[in-house]
Amino acid sequence: MPKIKLPTKSPHIDMTPMVDLFSVVLTFLMLTATMRPTEPAPIDTPASISEKKTPDANIMTLVLSKDDRVFLNFDNGPDTILKFRYKVLALMGSRYNIEFTPAELTKFEKYSASLGVPILKMKEFLAIKDPKQMSAFQAGIPIDSTDNQLAMWILFTRQVNPNVQACIKGDTKTGYPIVKKVFKILQDYKVKQFNLVTSLEATKINLAEIQK
Amino acid sequence: MAEIIQEEKGGGKKKAKKHAPHIDMTPMVDLMCLLITFFMLTSALSKPKIMQIILPDAQKSNEPAPRFLGSRTLNIVLGPDNKVYTYSGTVKPEEYNNLPPLTETNYSATGVRQMLLDRNRTLAKKIADFKDQVLTGKIVLSPDSVQSAIAKLKKVDDTGPLVLIKAYKGSNYGNMVDILDEMNICGIALYMLVDITWYEEKMVETAAGITSTAKAASTK
Repeated sequence: MPKIKLPTKSPHIDMTPMVDLFSVVLTFLMLTATMRPTEPAPIDTPASISEKKTPDANIMTLVLSKDDRVFLNFDNGPDTILKFRYKVLALMGSRYNIEFTPAELTKFEKYSASLGVPILKMKEFLAIKDPKQMSAFQAGIPIDSTDNQLAMWILFTRQVNPNVQACIKGDTKTGYPIVKKVFKILQDYKVKQFNLVTSLEATKINLAEIQK
Repeated sequence: MAEIIQEEKGGGKKKAKKHAPHIDMTPMVDLMCLLITFFMLTSALSKPKIMQIILPDAQKSNEPAPRFLGSRTLNIVLGPDNKVYTYSGTVKPEEYNNLPPLTETNYSATGVRQMLLDRNRTLAKKIADFKDQVLTGKIVLSPDSVQSAIAKLKKVDDTGPLVLIKAYKGSNYGNMVDILDEMNICGIALYMLVDITWYEEKMVETAAGITSTAKAASTK
């Protein structure tokens, strides 16, 4: 029998289906990835063993920075149609006698980083075009008993969105007095259950260690 | 210049007939692999974790404060410079001149955790036993039921310490989270964050060697 000659094939594999698949996966991941906005203050969260994940929606985050500034961030609710941020700022405006235009309210709704702007400067802040200038206004939300704007933000956020959960995201080096003040405000406004944002650090204690 | 271009054009046309219309996609695949890996990792790992805490109601003046046995009380005072001070029991008004000594420790596994485990041995063992049984499959429960079963174990326990956590003004947020985390690690059933008293501030200042800052007014 004559030898079967295999046809000489070029060692090329058709990669088109692979590329197609990868494109689909990549597009999906890019679309689902949430862009994280640049935060006004760097926060180095402490570690804990808790494995509970941060919820996606219905959270308000109180950010306590190292230099004792307080920032607040809350989301638009589980659906963007709900426009929680829009409504909260409108309420804040009426409380402090500031008239916000719909354009300003919409701009506030779209702004997703934490906010540390005193309410009186909010109009100026929302008029800024260049994001680099924004940090100059982030002086922290006033929390003194005479001008407790943080309490008002908490009050109105909870009025607009009753399902909101409070989270505290503090830097490891934030002094305790400011933490205590924020706890006190939360307690005064009947927020008794809240979450501390931490990074995971697994620690286990074994039986032998206990028994010895 | 013009000549060269013409030549190239002609050559290209000739070759185009011979060449199969294949493009080498390997670099593109490489790049996509990288991007996919990047997006997968960032989306999966970026979620921070949360630790839940519950504060009691702001105390109403007409309700008496809950009373506990003094010997079960363990006071943890968070001091400055990442130090922790502890003392057992309570301080009576007549002892203000003779305050109990503070034990200095730290946030490491051999420091405050060892001490808490010593005090909480019975309960910690029960919880660890239970978790072990769940892990090895002797008890089959959903994660939520495991949590509530542990909560039940903690509720019926009456041997562990009642831990009062008090933060000195020089301590930081990281210290507080650390100590709350230790409470979870050691399975302490009863713990609460309370305001520091003036005599504890004084005790910390003596222990840490800080000159006392205007305490005369608060002593009354």
